[in-house]
Amino acid sequence: MQTTESRPVRFALTALTLAFLGVFLVVPLAAVFWEALSKGWDLYAAALVEYEAWQAIKLTLIAAAIAVPLNLVFGVAAAWAIARFDFRGKSLLTTLIDLPFSVSPVVAGLMYVLLFGVNSAIGGWLAAHDIQIIFAVPGIVLATVFVTFPFVARELIPLMQAQGQEEEQAALVLGASGWQTFWRVTLPNVKWGLLYGVILTNARAMGEFGAVSVVSGHIRGETNTIPLHVEILYNEYNFVGAFACASILALLALVTLAVKTYVEWRIERQHTASLIRTQQAREALA
Amino acid sequence: MKKLAVRTLAAVLLSVPALPALADVTLLNVSYDVMRDFYKDYNPAFQKHWKGKTGEAVTIQQSHGGSSKQAMSVVGGLQGDVITMNQAPDINILAERGALVPKDWSKRLANDSVPFTSSTVFLVRKGNPKGIRDWKDLAKPGVQVIVPNPKTSGNGRYSYLAAYGWALKQPGGNDASARAFVGKLFGNAPVLDTGGRAATTTFMQRQIGDVLITFENEAEMVAREFGRGTFEVVYPSLTVSAENPVAVVDKVVDKKGTRKQAEAYLAYLWSPEGQTIAAQNYLRPQDKQVAAKFSAQFPPIKAFRVVDVFGSWDKVMKTHFADGGVFDQIYLKK
Repeated sequence: MQTTESRPVRFALTALTLAFLGVFLVVPLAAVFWEALSKGWDLYAAALVEYEAWQAIKLTLIAAAIAVPLNLVFGVAAAWAIARFDFRGKSLLTTLIDLPFSVSPVVAGLMYVLLFGVNSAIGGWLAAHDIQIIFAVPGIVLATVFVTFPFVARELIPLMQAQGQEEEQAALVLGASGWQTFWRVTLPNVKWGLLYGVILTNARAMGEFGAVSVVSGHIRGETNTIPLHVEILYNEYNFVGAFACASILALLALVTLAVKTYVEWRIERQHTASLIRTQQAREALA
Repeated sequence: MKKLAVRTLAAVLLSVPALPALADVTLLNVSYDVMRDFYKDYNPAFQKHWKGKTGEAVTIQQSHGGSSKQAMSVVGGLQGDVITMNQAPDINILAERGALVPKDWSKRLANDSVPFTSSTVFLVRKGNPKGIRDWKDLAKPGVQVIVPNPKTSGNGRYSYLAAYGWALKQPGGNDASARAFVGKLFGNAPVLDTGGRAATTTFMQRQIGDVLITFENEAEMVAREFGRGTFEVVYPSLTVSAENPVAVVDKVVDKKGTRKQAEAYLAYLWSPEGQTIAAQNYLRPQDKQVAAKFSAQFPPIKAFRVVDVFGSWDKVMKTHFADGGVFDQIYLKK
């Protein structure tokens, strides 16, 4: 591609972008690790294997391990329904899927407190039967599922719409059952997009603060996730501990980023391949 | 691959409920942000005492957060056996909403259920460059005051009430002059942080402001974290006694069957050992003998009780901190 801008302009724009990235992304990220390691590796390691930190890491993984598969199944089903079929209330469903994006996480958390708190009808019944939802692990999982709800569906809908139905129709015409079509045609076509959605879901599930903070109850070693634990440690002037846990989240973000970049590259390739295939099919028909 | 994932998930899930089974009884102490240091020392002392007395092992779980938020969590169903706050309204709300404690909860333990107190003091930069000696110096032009928001923070509420109470007690002082004074004081605040810890961070880490209004025990925390040479503590001529009330949450302990242990847990706060641990954490003990032993670290101060100057906490909250109350009037005017 031929650029029309002069050299100084290109140089200035590049420098500006890099400086911006440096100031807003690289420096803060480096600062997290710097602070975490400011008193040496021993304290860093000690802060991570400490009972409460370890429990927080475990709880975060549990919440993600439940939220991600649930939203994976739901996201695929919803995307399939929306991209492939026309039905009444389709736009309403699409809007509802986006709801968790437009509702503030704090409000999301409060919704669950209102719904399951002891002063509500459901909460009163649960309390009478000794079932603890809010201020316990189930509440944290619920809140996490809610805030990560749209990622997979949002990722798949445009992808499936762009790919069109031709390949699936071909499969059906050739005698495949609906289930076979789904497993052998639909799913393989969207697998990288799906993975991308899963990665985003996972990142958000592990990093969520607002909604989880409201429903957690902040019991140390029991209902604190990593982000909540970081805040508490910071408020207690335990900077090494706070930033050590923060660095775990940052590391996770970096890994996510790397995987995401790889997946994006694969999606690009898959997209090109499917375009070529469609093109060839059309040519063959003509 | 899929099988492995399922197995891992199952293993993780199964290991969750196995955690709290460490001891015979588990108590949950719902407290506010900065009380951790005290209870970190106190919990093992109580566990040892209880084990020696009854042979029973008690596990104590802690929950920390902003005090009003913590109180609301208990109202919403957080299963706290005891609640330990830094002002009475945060326990009163348990009586008002859901009747988790009786209305007269504060009468059940000595000293209105307040095992130890702190007081509102000033932190100034080393050498006290602005010459801050008393409340009147905080209202002078050109002095930047760091104080947490009285609407959201117990620490901020005590700071506001201390200033107001001081102004009332000045010669010719009345509500009008007190309002004018706190108006000027909060007019000197460049930001209002939401909590005491956040205000400390603004003052010490971001180095904003000439004076920080906070609790005496928070000043000690600052000294431990940032070094003693970095600031000075100034005791005003009159301040407020910040009371840290505690209560057993009746509804929870009766359901869990932990009343005996929960009551003992709080009662032991008044024991010589509990009082000594409080003093070691720079909280002023109620026990005269323990207080005498630590007199070197607690200079004598003139401190008033909120209920003595302002009537009841209910009245304080309605008059001063409700929406449209005195604080809103003086702060929004600026």
